[in-house]
Amino acid sequence: MVSVIWGSFILIGVVFSIVTGQVEALNDQILHGASDGMKLIFEMLPILVLWTGVMKIAENAGLLQKFSNLVRPVLHKLFPSLRKEDPALGYIASNMAANALGLGSAATPFGLKAMEEMQKNNPKKDTATEAMVTFLILNTGGVTIIPTTVIALRMSQGSANPSEIIITSILATICSSIAGLTMDYILRKRKRL
Amino acid sequence: MSLISVFIIPIFVFLVVMYGFYRNVDIYESFLAGAKEGLVMTFHIAPSIIAMVFATNLFLNSHFIEWAFQFLAPLFRLIHIPIEILPMALVRPISGTASLAILNNILILYGPDSFVGRLASTLQGCTDTTIYVLALYFGSIRVKKTGHALGAGLFADFVGIVSSFFIVRLFFG
Repeated sequence: MVSVIWGSFILIGVVFSIVTGQVEALNDQILHGASDGMKLIFEMLPILVLWTGVMKIAENAGLLQKFSNLVRPVLHKLFPSLRKEDPALGYIASNMAANALGLGSAATPFGLKAMEEMQKNNPKKDTATEAMVTFLILNTGGVTIIPTTVIALRMSQGSANPSEIIITSILATICSSIAGLTMDYILRKRKRL
Repeated sequence: MSLISVFIIPIFVFLVVMYGFYRNVDIYESFLAGAKEGLVMTFHIAPSIIAMVFATNLFLNSHFIEWAFQFLAPLFRLIHIPIEILPMALVRPISGTASLAILNNILILYGPDSFVGRLASTLQGCTDTTIYVLALYFGSIRVKKTGHALGAGLFADFVGIVSSFFIVRLFFG
């Protein structure tokens, strides 16, 4: 999938530039492409490294655990098909907590464990259960309290207030998550009828 | 409201360090361990960033989008959004790096504090790579029939994009 995007970007870019007579600019683009990418990496690197450092403190201090305890009661309402003591709920909570704190690399293993747990009680192994679908929808919303990468990028481009998009991002995430969960609820109810 | 945004990071850092002290965690060593992870992670994703910046630069600077979506141009002008936001919104559910590269492009062209700069930043922050996450999670347990996960996920992304527009407009005028 990503290959298709990447390839079409390049093919379309080259062909369209030639057709519209921008060959010189095209040449320039190709030669500078890699150094632009490298520049982007080096501009974001310090902030990302600083942030993963701070978040490691949070993780080691048990803040992740605290956060997941906080979301657990709500989760039970969102996943009526899972029993309260189901280990999957714990993994889902940890996954959401890690996502919210921007610990993307920590979130994925929790998410995979959650799927594994839910698969254990799945009667049809090739078909997603209701809980799996709800989890995926919740997960793709990606509720992140502090979008570090975006802030790093804004900073490197000289924004007067790089973090000003935090609130708008959170609000937009809430809207999209509610929309996704509502859609999930409606489709689930309709299937049962 | 922007005052709250300014305070979130300092307060967050303060609370984390404070809590680390309180729980008797070796905060300095923890920081170093985390920073090292971040360093490794960044170099790990470096090739994909270089690849995506290269491809998106070629694509965006060929001005193909403006040409292909000419028919939408009046609509976009009407709501005062550059058409560059369109490929970013389309690519966002599939590849986070590709949309990051487009975001970088938008920030360079229009500035991070422009309306479209803020909108694009919000877009990148408000949703995840739906299609990628779906493929990864369902693939890991070999589930093939994914029900309405994709449909509802993309619907959520769409609502996220539309609400980003209104929210950014509301907050920054």
